[in-house]
Amino acid sequence: MSKVKELPGEAVATAVRSPSIAHSARAYTERVRAGDMGALPAVLGLLVLCTAFALARPAFLTAINFANLFTQGAAITVIAMGLVFVLLIGEIDLSAGFTSGVCAAVLAVTLTNMGLPWYVGVLAAIVTGAVIGTVLGAIVAKVGIPSFVVTLAAFLAFQGLVLVLVNEGTNISINDPVIKAVAQRNLPPALGWALYAACVLAYAGLQVVRARKRAARGLVADPPSLIATRVGALAVLAGGAVYALNLERSFNPAFASLKGVPIVVPVILALLVVWTFVLRRTAFGRHVYAVGGNAEAARRAGIAVDRIRVSAFVICSAMAAVGGIVAASRASSVDPNTGGSSVLLYAVGAAVIGGTSLFGGKGRVLDAVLGGAVIAVIDNGMALMQYGSSVKYLVTGFVLLLAAGVDALARKRAAAAGLR
Amino acid sequence: MTPLLEARGIDKSFGPVKVLHDVTFSAHAGEVTALVGDNGAGKSTLVKCIGGIHPIDNGELVFDGRPVQVNGPRDAGELGIEIVYQDLALCDNLDIVQNMFLGRERRRGLVLDEDTMEELAEQTLNSLSVRTVKSIRQQVSSLSGGQRQTVAIAKAVLWDSKVVILDEPTAALGVAQTAQVLELVRRLADNGLAVVLISHNMNDVFAVSDRIAALYLGRMAAQVRTADVTHAQVVELITSGRSGDLGLKNGAVA
Repeated sequence: MSKVKELPGEAVATAVRSPSIAHSARAYTERVRAGDMGALPAVLGLLVLCTAFALARPAFLTAINFANLFTQGAAITVIAMGLVFVLLIGEIDLSAGFTSGVCAAVLAVTLTNMGLPWYVGVLAAIVTGAVIGTVLGAIVAKVGIPSFVVTLAAFLAFQGLVLVLVNEGTNISINDPVIKAVAQRNLPPALGWALYAACVLAYAGLQVVRARKRAARGLVADPPSLIATRVGALAVLAGGAVYALNLERSFNPAFASLKGVPIVVPVILALLVVWTFVLRRTAFGRHVYAVGGNAEAARRAGIAVDRIRVSAFVICSAMAAVGGIVAASRASSVDPNTGGSSVLLYAVGAAVIGGTSLFGGKGRVLDAVLGGAVIAVIDNGMALMQYGSSVKYLVTGFVLLLAAGVDALARKRAAAAGLR
Repeated sequence: MTPLLEARGIDKSFGPVKVLHDVTFSAHAGEVTALVGDNGAGKSTLVKCIGGIHPIDNGELVFDGRPVQVNGPRDAGELGIEIVYQDLALCDNLDIVQNMFLGRERRRGLVLDEDTMEELAEQTLNSLSVRTVKSIRQQVSSLSGGQRQTVAIAKAVLWDSKVVILDEPTAALGVAQTAQVLELVRRLADNGLAVVLISHNMNDVFAVSDRIAALYLGRMAAQVRTADVTHAQVVELITSGRSGDLGLKNGAVA
């Protein structure tokens, strides 16, 4: 326990040098009370949903279903990661779903129709996404049409563009082994464990180095107990997941063994780390938050607001392209419905459920992963319960509304707390 | 003593409307100069001309004894002139350190140098004896009006600024917070900065200022030492442009 008690209004900024776990926990509860709930609703929702489905359908807890959750939620999670950037600056991209469809179609045409290698296809798809994002962002930032309208128009137009690319409705199959591996193959169990060890060690190392550096400069540093708790939690959770994924999932292992971490998991992890770094540790990321928080203040601080806006759309559409590649990999084909139907709403839902605000300025890339997990669990669990699409859509719609409601109420509460 | 910042014979029109007529104004290092005047007298326009937001039509700015050109907020910033606007321009979703360094972040390579920024922010707040914030990693949304004003002022001071112009810093504050901010304003001047305080509140003006400059309908009615005038005289200068021997002579205002 720190001996320095804050006297109201008198505590010096330098008072608490190394806050204890109890102190951190108290600060966290205060934040939640003030309406800054972060990932809490998503984590709680995930626990409730998993418990409910596990009780109702024991099949939910099987190794094969656990692995399915990852491949089912991957494309939506990746698209949601991109959407976080657009949501952070207080805009929306309703076309992200069909952008992923267009880019998947570009991939399929490059690979199957033109017979080019996989990396050319991937590059073509991502460049297509970046170009789409540049155009959308430029229209929103420079012309000043609300992003809602611009991307709604794009939503329709891209639907047509997908049809053009797949020749009015044919189904282009994808046979490239590398692309198919992304969402269909698994890492060898040993590699899964190696990756796990590397991740936990890197996380622990970063935390310790950071705390040491800060302590050496006399700044408030996380205490070793808090770091140990965090690293321990990660080690246990991730360890359990890797263990479960490394179980044999094949019904007939002698015929074909099926085990290991799906390749798409490290892909999502890498994207998570890269974009979190960009948002949290670079000036660009800081400026994204600033534009979302107060665009006028950002402009007066000399930030090129329009450039930040366009960049957010470019990142969003490029990530939609990656999501499209994952979707195409999972389906082994691209058809006019790739990226259509509920993909966009699921992706927006994932970001919002995870805790990213629709009002801009608040959100993390991790939110997309947590929210994507919630969406994947609902989708998967409802299917196991043998409810039809009708119930699935109703429930997902309700959950999205609930998440947006939590966001709006939290905002009100935060505003009230801010005035105190 | 020569003033640190001097505006000489400033004229400014917006289309057919002449807002500033031959205005002369000076601010001295280590002093608080209160800029007073009724609504529409031209206080904000004068400040924006000094800050480079509006180009001036006529006249010159003299900084530290040499004439300077201020063609934009960036030029003003380079000279060391910082303006704290009434709406503060803070991002609610960022913390105090992030706001203070917004747009001028310290970096090591690609990565933000959070530790250095935090140290510098803390030093600045300490140098202003700010003891009202619990943690400098607090989000601005959780701060009171007075604390926000403090952050905005500290942000202006952070950049080795020499002149800090405050636009109605106490307008939206309660009694205790007003006292806190005024104390801070006084401390800025005591630290050797030239402080310009725009205010409507005569109590504030008399509490902290060393000099008072009164604008009346776009003209400088008088610039006097606070000790030499009374409350009533300043109110007269604001409302009619003259008070006894002080102020605009007959005929000066058409």
